[in-house]
Amino acid sequence: MRTAVVVFPGTNCEQDVAHALSSLGGEVELVWHRETDLSGFDGVVLPGGFAHGDYLRTGAIARFSPVMAEVERMAAQGLPVLGICNGFQVLCEAGLLPGALIANRDLAFICRFVDLEVVDNDSILTGSAEIGQRIRIPLNSYEGNWVDPGKTGRIVLRYLGDPNGSQHAAAGVANDGGNVVGVMPHPERGVDELLGSGDGRVLLEGFLHSLVPA
Amino acid sequence: MKVTVEITRRPEIADPQGTTIQRALHDLGNNEVMSVRVDRVIHLEVDGDDPAVVQSRVEEMCRQVLANPVLEDFSVEVTG
Repeated sequence: MRTAVVVFPGTNCEQDVAHALSSLGGEVELVWHRETDLSGFDGVVLPGGFAHGDYLRTGAIARFSPVMAEVERMAAQGLPVLGICNGFQVLCEAGLLPGALIANRDLAFICRFVDLEVVDNDSILTGSAEIGQRIRIPLNSYEGNWVDPGKTGRIVLRYLGDPNGSQHAAAGVANDGGNVVGVMPHPERGVDELLGSGDGRVLLEGFLHSLVPA
Repeated sequence: MKVTVEITRRPEIADPQGTTIQRALHDLGNNEVMSVRVDRVIHLEVDGDDPAVVQSRVEEMCRQVLANPVLEDFSVEVTG
């Protein structure tokens, strides 16, 4: 079971994601955004950062990186595709998830722990968690305010409280099949109590459990 | 040819930047300001002779990448 962690120019959370997944037993490889073949991988993560400088709009340029054709193929085949923070923005721009992410309601860059509630556990991120389970992990974003004018998104994680104005307090959103998930807070930064929380483990374990032989 | 693209956020989508600027204008005593929206203007120089063709090509580019159809509308003006 191999997971590709995509590195765009400006990505900065790839080592955290690789470390977190490896510590949970995952086999992880960093993949440059110009890669055109992910056939050896069973799942893919788009980590946080500022892909292509977030120029034009967050994720707008990244969605045309060569690797995205493979990400789209994997999403269509039902394989696990997880976007964290900037990765969530890229998946929305690519049309793999509904809606878009705009600036936080109060125009503040939010960098603190937030409390979440699992509201749907039929997804590659929440599959190992219980509905109603509380998760405390860091939020670290300026454009984390999810808007979904078409109201087609399936919310899997919700903020307790309303840190950024996100529609229905959505923190994590899945596609219909549940195999493509975007999450704005960072589960990979919450895998060790030493750093404030281990609550992210159950989410990343869910991701690893969702990997099936290609 | 010179082309100006204006990308505007749909009225139903919140514009936190506009709201913040409006608040600042009010704080400075400009209480007649009823609404502020911040949009984006992109200037392009495009190789071509036929304004209609250039117009149509840049509109395609707007749909492809320059605007996000979930959030934004666009207008294209070929200025010669």
